[in-house]
Amino acid sequence: MQMLAEVDTPVENEEKAIISARDVSVFYGDKQALNKVSLEIPVNKITSLIGPSGCGKSTFLRCLNRMNDTVEGCRVEGKILLDGADIYDAKVDEVLLRARVGMVFQKPNPFPKSIYDNVAYGPRIHGLAHNKDELDDIVLTSLEKAGLLKEVRDRLNSTGTGLSGGQQQRLCIARALAVQPDIILMDEPCSALDPIATAKVEELIEELRENYTIIIVTHSMQQAARISQKTAFFHLGEIVEVGDTEQLFTSPKDERTQGYITGRFG
Amino acid sequence: MSDNSHIVTSYDEDLGEMRNAIIEMGGLAESQLEAAIRALVDRNSDLAQSTIEADVDIDELEKEIDNKAVRILALRNPVADDLRNVISALKIASTLERVADYSANIAKRVIALNTSETTRSVSAIPRMGELVRHMIDDTLTAYAKNDAELAYAVWHRDQDVDQLYNSMFRELLTYMMEDPRSITTCTHMIFMAKNIERIGDHMTNIAEIIIYQVTGEAPKQNRPKGDKTSVTMIEHGDTKAK
Repeated sequence: MQMLAEVDTPVENEEKAIISARDVSVFYGDKQALNKVSLEIPVNKITSLIGPSGCGKSTFLRCLNRMNDTVEGCRVEGKILLDGADIYDAKVDEVLLRARVGMVFQKPNPFPKSIYDNVAYGPRIHGLAHNKDELDDIVLTSLEKAGLLKEVRDRLNSTGTGLSGGQQQRLCIARALAVQPDIILMDEPCSALDPIATAKVEELIEELRENYTIIIVTHSMQQAARISQKTAFFHLGEIVEVGDTEQLFTSPKDERTQGYITGRFG
Repeated sequence: MSDNSHIVTSYDEDLGEMRNAIIEMGGLAESQLEAAIRALVDRNSDLAQSTIEADVDIDELEKEIDNKAVRILALRNPVADDLRNVISALKIASTLERVADYSANIAKRVIALNTSETTRSVSAIPRMGELVRHMIDDTLTAYAKNDAELAYAVWHRDQDVDQLYNSMFRELLTYMMEDPRSITTCTHMIFMAKNIERIGDHMTNIAEIIIYQVTGEAPKQNRPKGDKTSVTMIEHGDTKAK
């Protein structure tokens, strides 16, 4: 029989970090958005980043696949190691990096193309398929993994923008999966969806955890609590507290975390 | 940020109402115990009867607290200290309800005792009762003030109650051996003492809940235990109470 005491103090697993951010600071021109943020992202887990608007959580997320490079005047300091290698190293091909570290955005943004072409786009530019059969295979598998195949199997050639909001978001997830990433970044993926579509996407995120590492920015405390294993609370460009989601939502250590998650300041 | 109130003020009101109901319920439980003991000392069956009847009010309050807590859970999705607050309220309310049941049981036994002529000294019971009543009082203060230190103090004090109970148990056993006619009264008194001892245990429970609620962690030490009556044996000839 398992004793309660054993349940309460789980054996600390050697947690393997796939990404290690060390002292990351980000400046937009003169304005500093992140101040020496360090965070370990455990492999095959869901990590959620929470915090009030403007706290730097999205900025941090966008550092992880160098999306900030596209922002003029943006400067990143510190190190971000992906499997031990610095992704800001001059030798790193950022297109390949973004294939490994995929991204899903707040608003579903399918290309104005067919459902098939939306998913096939990435594998085509990265040359992942050698012939039509292989490409078909990637598209169908990705749609299947994103839990969308059943709903769209007989209309793969109709336009992606004709799907419902929730389906569009799952199409975007399928598109991200098609280039075989290790990590998927999600920036408030459910904020534009109704509760049913949200539940489907959350269910999907949990399934994806088996094969992918997921980092999600969310404004919904409940969502962070429901789906993630690790949570980091950002405030004014710094990480105030990071820990097991369960611990952070039942007994947060920092007063600011407590104030934010219980709705006492924002 | 240092202001401790919620952005949504009605949330604070809901939590406040729930907490006040707990304090009210605790206050009632405390006066129930006091009344039951007084009824015993004064051999007052009327007071005992009204104590039994007042138990209904406490049951009602428990339902009220349950409803308030469920409502907060459903509407506010509480987390962190708010969540601990709601969960604690549910547990404390059900514990207080049982505490009141014990007082009602003491009152019932007072009525039974009053039908008999015998008047054995009962001084240890009021002493235990007073000790435990203080525990209830301090527990409620600890709850109202979110005072984990005071809760710890209550938590440790249960040992004193246990010791008093142990010696009383032996004393009553000895009485019964000396004079079998006292068995009925003494048995009732042992049950009364046991009831009070159980109330003390329940206060220890509530103190633990308060410690968890305030600090987010359960007490690390093992709970102090002093009730040895379940292993106590007194043989013939061993009539001197220890």
